[in-house]
Amino acid sequence: MRNLIISLCAVLFGLIGGAVLMAATGHDPLQGYKYLFEGGLKNSSRFGDTLATGTPLVFTGLSVAFAFRTGLFNIGAAGQMLFGGFCATVIGLNVDTARPLLLLMMIVAAMLGGAVWAFIPGLLKARFNVHEVVSTIMMNWIAYWTIYYAVPAYLKAESVETESRLLPDKATLKSAFLSDLFGGSYLNMGLYIAVIAVIVIAFIINKTTLGYELKAVGYNRHSAEYAGIRVNRSIITSMLISGALAGLGGLAQFAGNGANIQIGVLPTQGYDGIAVALLGANSPIGVLISALFFGLLYSGRGFMNAMTEIPPEIADSIIAIIIYFAATSVLMDRLITRIVSRRRASAKAGTGTGGPVSGKEKA
Amino acid sequence: MDFVVEMLNIRKEFPGVVANDDITLQLRRGEIHALLGENGAGKSTLMSILFGMYQPDKGSIKINGETVRIANPNVANNHGIGMVHQHFKLVSNFTVTENIILGNELTRFGTLNIQGAARKIEELSKHYGLNVDPHAKIEDISVGMQQRVEILKMLYRDAEVLILDEPSAVLTPKEIEELIKIMLNLVKEGKSIIVITHKLKEIKAAADRCTVIRRGKTIGTVDVKTTSEARMAEMMVGRDVTFTVAKAGSNPGEVILKLDDLTVMNNKNVAGLKRFSLDVRAGEIVGIAGVEGNGQSELVEAITGLRKAESGNIFLEGKDITRDSIRSRIDKGIAHIPEDRQKRGLVLDYSLEDNMILEVYNREPFSKRGILNRSAIRKYASDILSSFDVRSGRGPLSLSRSLSGGNQQKAIIGREIELNPSLLIAVQPTRGLDVGSIEYIHKRLIEHRDKGKAVLLISLELDEVLNVSDRIAVVNNGELIGVVEAAETNEQEIGLMMAGVGKGGEQ
Repeated sequence: MRNLIISLCAVLFGLIGGAVLMAATGHDPLQGYKYLFEGGLKNSSRFGDTLATGTPLVFTGLSVAFAFRTGLFNIGAAGQMLFGGFCATVIGLNVDTARPLLLLMMIVAAMLGGAVWAFIPGLLKARFNVHEVVSTIMMNWIAYWTIYYAVPAYLKAESVETESRLLPDKATLKSAFLSDLFGGSYLNMGLYIAVIAVIVIAFIINKTTLGYELKAVGYNRHSAEYAGIRVNRSIITSMLISGALAGLGGLAQFAGNGANIQIGVLPTQGYDGIAVALLGANSPIGVLISALFFGLLYSGRGFMNAMTEIPPEIADSIIAIIIYFAATSVLMDRLITRIVSRRRASAKAGTGTGGPVSGKEKA
Repeated sequence: MDFVVEMLNIRKEFPGVVANDDITLQLRRGEIHALLGENGAGKSTLMSILFGMYQPDKGSIKINGETVRIANPNVANNHGIGMVHQHFKLVSNFTVTENIILGNELTRFGTLNIQGAARKIEELSKHYGLNVDPHAKIEDISVGMQQRVEILKMLYRDAEVLILDEPSAVLTPKEIEELIKIMLNLVKEGKSIIVITHKLKEIKAAADRCTVIRRGKTIGTVDVKTTSEARMAEMMVGRDVTFTVAKAGSNPGEVILKLDDLTVMNNKNVAGLKRFSLDVRAGEIVGIAGVEGNGQSELVEAITGLRKAESGNIFLEGKDITRDSIRSRIDKGIAHIPEDRQKRGLVLDYSLEDNMILEVYNREPFSKRGILNRSAIRKYASDILSSFDVRSGRGPLSLSRSLSGGNQQKAIIGREIELNPSLLIAVQPTRGLDVGSIEYIHKRLIEHRDKGKAVLLISLELDEVLNVSDRIAVVNNGELIGVVEAAETNEQEIGLMMAGVGKGGEQ
């Protein structure tokens, strides 16, 4: 509940900050927000695009959030996503079989690719206590250059050097049904997979012994060890799951929203996943909602830019301000506590007690 | 009467609990005033109110006769109130001086004047007989010395009233003696001290008056000189308390734990436990006596699997478990009440119920095919919490972090005994507990023995080892000095053995 309030406050402050920026640069904020939200929600096609833009963010957000719940800071979602997407593309371009089977193979390939990329930092952490922030960032660049080399060498398009051949339609997540339903939007089956992933991850975290173990390790590895939980194995397991999620993000991006993979780009969704997880307070449902909200901002920003003089960077600034407030949730927490206690103080004479002041001792 | 601090009719409620209900505490100038109460009686809450961390719902605070509102710890500091917390708040890789001036830095032309501060600290230290080296790093000095740094921190800020929260809980007997001397010095120089403690002996030795609270209410304030320990204990617990443990003679059966020539490395990678052999039988309690840091941790960690044995063997019920994983040892019947409840014993950010299944979450009925069964977990946890009288705001759903230290300890002990292990290893099981809880824990340990199980008790409190154990093994410098029957020995003999008898071992 408190997390929800904090996230909503962060969004609110972000929007206020954006309004101030728009006003300061001589634009009408109301106009700006009108087009920003219209751009993402105006009709079913735009709404579909918003959902599609949010889909890879659901995966990377889940990836970061899951690792974080187990005490790991996975900065490498970008690299895991890239490599997962690459593996899926390799299958999609080289295997010719019935579509359900082909898609299943691509899903598995994407998960494996992402998992492999995350396994290495996990192993380094478990074995040699190498900090995962360092090793995942390094793995991002290894992925970047691997793709840079492998795509022109093996998957090159006829004319363009910098991207792979287009995937045949049956090897993408495109869905005529979804596309028609949303007025020709590029919304695809990635969204289904995303929703399934949210449910599965929520289930793992909250209901299973695996989630119990991983969270125990995340909160306090000494007591996890004391209880006989294998800490090192848990770290690796957590990274594998986190990487597989990011890999699925690659699938949703390169074989869903797009239809090929480009070189020389580290997908921005990787780092955005951190922001999504932060705003979603690391809960799977929170991640889903905040990813779709980010999708809205990203897909509405082009429209705002087209309809007004407001530069698209304003939308990025809004996102940045939101991240800032979500990241400083401790401050927000204090602010809320202060407001609550002030209200209690002013309404003191009445009931006196029973208010929602936290039971935390010695903050 | 000249009171420095008066807390009058204080009331404080938290969701689900009344922590303080009409408590009055009056501190005279220049006295040591003990605040005595069971775990969770509301002592810490009361002191947190005086120190400005909580606001009272009702009641008033007077300092030097004037009513004040203490909005936060800074206000408390300005009124000359300083607090030494049970868990020290020091930066371990800073020097003593740096820690003391932190937040109150002495500057000259905008730069730190460390030398000037160090000089002032040195003077203070001499004046009060604290004997602290202002240039030493915190990580290099003993716990007792760190506590003095905390006291110095208060003196440096010109505190007139010092609150000490269970100051002796972390100290060795010798350090406690020194602490008492320091406290007496401080009051001689005109300071006033409130000391929170359960230890009646220390109250007798140091305090002038004692205020007893029970379940959030003041029971009374007594003059320490004219009140017996038994009377104070009775006031605190609300019934008669026996100080000696009533138990029948032991009835040892077959060997449960056998240590054979065990050598274990310590953190510095030298042998912390040297060629140690010991048997613990079913139906007996074997106590390990020794000064802290003489191989006890290495011994416990080797048996539980947290640390690997360098050489030698560990047998449980005849089976060699030297290379077994921690989990497999737990499954074979070893339970462990760890020394550090916050580091190892609990996942503080888990609810109590999640902590109660820490070792058994993967067994039925708590989970089936990897899926947790909440209702079974809650029932199991509630049973433990009620049978061990763990007091918390929201029962099994309380965050473990929100419990008082004593209640955390009781929860851990409950969890371990509930496992019904064939070998129970209890390390400092009653540290930080009040006499009522201590009595109860001892009774449960003896009950466990009487069920025909083995208990290994490691404690720094000699009284505890002597009272509860059937046999006592004394360690010094990682070596077994000898094993004696508890009934046939005394404090002097054990004390000598702890010092290594002739092996040159004072400290």
